[in-house]
Amino acid sequence: MMALEQVLAAVGRVDRRDLTIWIERRWVRPRHEGGGYLFSDLDVARVTLICDMRHDMAIDDEAMPVVLGLLDQVYGMRTRLRHLVDAVAAQPEEVRLAVAAELGRQIKRDDEDHF
Amino acid sequence: MGPVPIMTDPYEILGLSKTASDDDIRKAYRKLAKKYHPDLNPGKADAEARFKDISAANALLSDPEKRARFDRGEIDASGAETPRNFYRGFADAGGARRYGGEEHFVDNEDLESFFSDLFGHRGAAGGGAAGASAGGFRMRGGNVTYSLRVPFLDAVKGARKRLNLPDGRALDVDIPAGIDSGQTIRLKGQGGAGVGGGPAGDALIEIDVEPHPLFRRDGSDIRIDLPVTLAEALLGGKVRVPTIDGAVAMTVPKGANSGTVLRLKGKGVPAPKGGARGDQYVTVRPVLPSSPDGEFEDFIRRWYEAHPQDPRSNLGSETE
Repeated sequence: MMALEQVLAAVGRVDRRDLTIWIERRWVRPRHEGGGYLFSDLDVARVTLICDMRHDMAIDDEAMPVVLGLLDQVYGMRTRLRHLVDAVAAQPEEVRLAVAAELGRQIKRDDEDHF
Repeated sequence: MGPVPIMTDPYEILGLSKTASDDDIRKAYRKLAKKYHPDLNPGKADAEARFKDISAANALLSDPEKRARFDRGEIDASGAETPRNFYRGFADAGGARRYGGEEHFVDNEDLESFFSDLFGHRGAAGGGAAGASAGGFRMRGGNVTYSLRVPFLDAVKGARKRLNLPDGRALDVDIPAGIDSGQTIRLKGQGGAGVGGGPAGDALIEIDVEPHPLFRRDGSDIRIDLPVTLAEALLGGKVRVPTIDGAVAMTVPKGANSGTVLRLKGKGVPAPKGGARGDQYVTVRPVLPSSPDGEFEDFIRRWYEAHPQDPRSNLGSETE
């Protein structure tokens, strides 16, 4: 866990004013405790990512929430898909084979529909 | 950090010739960063190594001094690599729930809500009609979020409110006593319709409490400013004080100065689940008489002439 000052020093490419605005816009959601913020490693990595997108990819403040929204959906989907994959993997072999066969049919049908 | 073995030519990594301008370097780096940033490519295992090479090449070539030394053959392309934890590592480890788009309830996890959360409201439509019919696909409806503005006293004391929905339905919402802005009330089965006989989703009502002209909320306590006459402040006395349950009698102690805070125990915000109720804190604010006459002014002038005093003596040099 890091306080706001430590995050500013560790990341180096954002000032207090901008980081506070990002928190207000909920781009970054550190824990709020004892009148200050507490950043987890994940929050710090997210701040670094936002800096990368701003500085290296020229994504401005208008586009940033769109990108972050899509990004959060992708990671949310990945988490849930991983649960699904784990659930399938925990099934007996005949169930896994049946799922694989059905998956093959679904993909084939989609391909035929769209090409 | 020790030297890292020679890496590939930084010009080659960024796809540039030796004569590239600073602007070329910047553009090439931006283009490749967009393409290979690991956090934007969660499924590509090699993106991280690739991005590190690109970043290192950029760090070398965007520094004119380092670039010149490299061009003269004085240094090689090995650089001190900054260790870095990428966002995707944490997010894929399941740590990003706070940033997830949809609410996720572990307690009532079942297959329908799992698929509904994965594909949202329109899941079955996305798969086409065939998707719904092929396997007799059953899916829970999506959750729908509404916001409701609640008057201060209704939020503190609890109330029943009618919420008119865009689709013409009306929902009666029981506001529990003590609810605060930002909290959500969940109405099971009042959200989006289910698909293929699946249950409806839930309505999530986000509460926004209106401010009150008199009362302010401070956690489980209520705060209020109470105007008193100079006589009540100086001599003390019984006064009526508004509380969220109606006016109560309170004793102002003798010599209560402006800013004195008095407590009315148990007159604060009711606790949500039978816990201890908060208190009301009353800040005394003496006010001058509404129409002071000559007699009052003469008395005050004479009294202060006989008892000179400086209430600002402790404020330091700022007053000079």
